[in-house]
Amino acid sequence: MKVSVQTADFDAGIEIRTISKNSAIGAVASFIGLVRDVEMTLEHYPGMTERAIGRIVEEAQGRWQVMDCTVIHRYGALRPNDQIVLVAVASAHRGDAFEACEFIMDYLKTRAPFWKKEQGAEGPRWVEAKSSDDQAAERWKG
Amino acid sequence: MKVRVLYFASVREKLGKDLEEIELPAGVSTVAALRSHLRARGGLYENAFSEKSLLRAAVNQDMVQPSAAVKAGDEIAFFPPVTGG
Repeated sequence: MKVSVQTADFDAGIEIRTISKNSAIGAVASFIGLVRDVEMTLEHYPGMTERAIGRIVEEAQGRWQVMDCTVIHRYGALRPNDQIVLVAVASAHRGDAFEACEFIMDYLKTRAPFWKKEQGAEGPRWVEAKSSDDQAAERWKG
Repeated sequence: MKVRVLYFASVREKLGKDLEEIELPAGVSTVAALRSHLRARGGLYENAFSEKSLLRAAVNQDMVQPSAAVKAGDEIAFFPPVTGG
């Protein structure tokens, strides 16, 4: 398992190959989040961020067969089309890999302490949290 | 009884600081009570911690509800709802 909060970019190919080496692994599902058409700065809470993501990964391991997993989230200044986040999950079968990947992403959106500040036409502004993100996380309950 | 209080994102900007040590008055034993105590300082604090500000809190780096307990030596953080990913 690997959790990294970093300013540097990442290479999804390398990360996916790294968690694909065990011959019992039959599926790797991955998600990459990108910056759309604005410049932004991402702030986070060092220490809590790594801890929160670690807990989300642990919860996923309790619900699905997760044989390996890598979560990388960037912070600092980001530009349009930059990669922000990678979640890659390795499992024996695709069902577990797909669901665990989506679960980790949904929980990360509502529980990991990151804040986006966009450089809009009228100056910088903090992005507001979306209720659709809360709903996406809620559907994994029960 | 001292606690370390951290501020992030818009809360940090409204207060113009990211960290302070606070001596908790008697009777302040929850996150909600600490929030009220900070708002009562007035000025920038009244703005940052106003009733209508949608805020989240963490105690010792775990996200908590307003009813969560705070005690001496805790690290308490206030911030807006998160927007990563």
